[in-house]
Amino acid sequence: MHIVTFTRSTPDTAAKVEVDGNGAVSWGDAATVVNPWDEYSLEEAIRQATNVKGDTTVIAVGGDLHNDSLKHSLAMGVKNAVRVNADGLDMTDSLQWASLAAAAVNNIDDCQLVIFGKEHVDVGSDQVTYQTARKLGWTMLSYVSEILELDAEGGTIKVEKTVEQGKQILTAKLPVVISVLKGINEPRYPSFIGIRKASKATIPEWTPADLGIELPASSITHDAYNNPPPRDITSEIIEGETIEEKAAQLVDKLLEEKVL
Amino acid sequence: MSKPKFKWDDPILFDQQLTEDELMIRDAARNYCQDKLMPRVLEQHRHETFDRAIFDEMGQIGFLGITIPEEYGAAGLNHVCYGIIAREVERVDSGYRSTMSVQSSLVMYPIFEYGTEEQRQKYLPKLASGEWVGCFGLTEPNHGSDPGGMETRATKTDGGWILHGSKMWITNSPIAEVFIVWAKAYGHGDGDSQDGEIRGFILDKGMKGLSAPKIEGKFSLRASITGEIVMDEVFVPDENFLPNVKGLKGPFGCLNKARYGISWGALGAAEFCWHAARQYTLDRIQFGRPLAATQLIQLKLANMMTEITLGLQASLRVGRLLDEGKATPEMISLVKRNSCGKALDIARMSRDMHGGNGISDEFHVIRHLLNLEAVNTYEGTHDIHALILGRAQTGLQAFM
Repeated sequence: MHIVTFTRSTPDTAAKVEVDGNGAVSWGDAATVVNPWDEYSLEEAIRQATNVKGDTTVIAVGGDLHNDSLKHSLAMGVKNAVRVNADGLDMTDSLQWASLAAAAVNNIDDCQLVIFGKEHVDVGSDQVTYQTARKLGWTMLSYVSEILELDAEGGTIKVEKTVEQGKQILTAKLPVVISVLKGINEPRYPSFIGIRKASKATIPEWTPADLGIELPASSITHDAYNNPPPRDITSEIIEGETIEEKAAQLVDKLLEEKVL
Repeated sequence: MSKPKFKWDDPILFDQQLTEDELMIRDAARNYCQDKLMPRVLEQHRHETFDRAIFDEMGQIGFLGITIPEEYGAAGLNHVCYGIIAREVERVDSGYRSTMSVQSSLVMYPIFEYGTEEQRQKYLPKLASGEWVGCFGLTEPNHGSDPGGMETRATKTDGGWILHGSKMWITNSPIAEVFIVWAKAYGHGDGDSQDGEIRGFILDKGMKGLSAPKIEGKFSLRASITGEIVMDEVFVPDENFLPNVKGLKGPFGCLNKARYGISWGALGAAEFCWHAARQYTLDRIQFGRPLAATQLIQLKLANMMTEITLGLQASLRVGRLLDEGKATPEMISLVKRNSCGKALDIARMSRDMHGGNGISDEFHVIRHLLNLEAVNTYEGTHDIHALILGRAQTGLQAFM
């Protein structure tokens, strides 16, 4: 069995990201990091593949910025890495993204399981996971908190999902796409040997032509970007002899402002 | 071309001299150290405890025996990587870096360099993985800077050697499975060896007559365990004799590697103290303005920045020379002495700039200061390295 997982390079969540009037995003000199949610999906892919004696491939969609994350994935222990890119790809168009992702999965022999991290932290969204599953025509199991059994021979997977009411345990026929939650595992640190090997790896790039598809035209146009207006804030420090007196004043003011 | 911007924490763009691989290794080391070591150090230092699990974690990632080839289970990286990793570990604590340095430079290196292939195969993979802990016995109660005067004796007997003597201030010894011990050898009888020559031996935990009591009450390197090695007529079989080196150049070869790592590590500790002093004095408002707005503080910060920047540059240069096979022990003395002395000054200055808070372990600088007192002393004191550099330029030795 071949297990596929996805990753992408995102700005460090501590980086100060700025958007100019034309929508260009910049985060200064701050380095990119592996999408933090992907640390869990990468770890889970390695563990599950070890259990079923299967193969692993990590895919990134987009430009060579994402090679860093692919190399990090290889250093952790994923066996193969590939980047899929296309002229005219709009990374904010999730349908284009998912079309390339699904075509790449279809290009890998014997892939029965795709594992995504819960979301992409840079865009704050997980819609590409569902769109990729839809494009593949596979079952989608989101918010998986534990893989209870992956039965390669029987062609099933049993998982624990986190739902609003609690936990749900279900079994699905392979192939499936899953997204996994933080806490499903403790991601390993890449080893120095792994890093050394990964740094020498050449990462192949697949184009839509290699995958036998055409990139669908983007259905999104970006008409305008408006940064949020500066907030009008006034601060006031409440003076008083005692805590009780200050609290009473605070309550009065909150009532006055109709906050309470 | 865009206008160059000055980065206060990398003033002369040190990072740009590292390769992409070296930067990836540095980041991986930093992530582990900050995520896993930093949260433990306060309690371990405060209560003088050592967490054995650190060896397993370090082994898994590759911190142990960094420059030893991959075929023995180690990472097989260059000396620059060893240096930048030491810097990241010691940014957290000199005790953790000592733990790592001893295993790598003082235990794995001599087995690799002076041992037989059988010894390499037997010991190196388990030392690299952290399954076994190693220690290095050179210093004795009566012989610190003067190891040539050592009193530990190894006397040839049927099938092996009898070792008798004691070693002092030995990092990791109370928990060690493997002991590299240097002793004056008598009765070798191979025709090529003289009585009294210093030779190396690998002792295994559990050998009859071997013990390693812990030294209590250290006020430095409290997060690393230190002890003695006591050898009461310990029989060491021939297969545990290190055949490929004679004389002081054996232990000194190991110490050179470790001292080089220390030159980076001490600067990691100094960087922590510098950054902490900068942040503290920016945040601390006295007389209505940040302490950092005063000339006295800015002078100190400028001195810290300057010494660390120049020191790192020198260690990097020696690292590259080591990788090219062009480094000499004197170069290593220069950087070990410079880094330790300067780091100790910086830690003292930082502690002073933290005012009363500087004596609390919650602010960490007092811990670095205490640690650096040992780092400045062990593996050749500041003064001994001055004598090495003095001899190197005058041709006159002034040790005695």
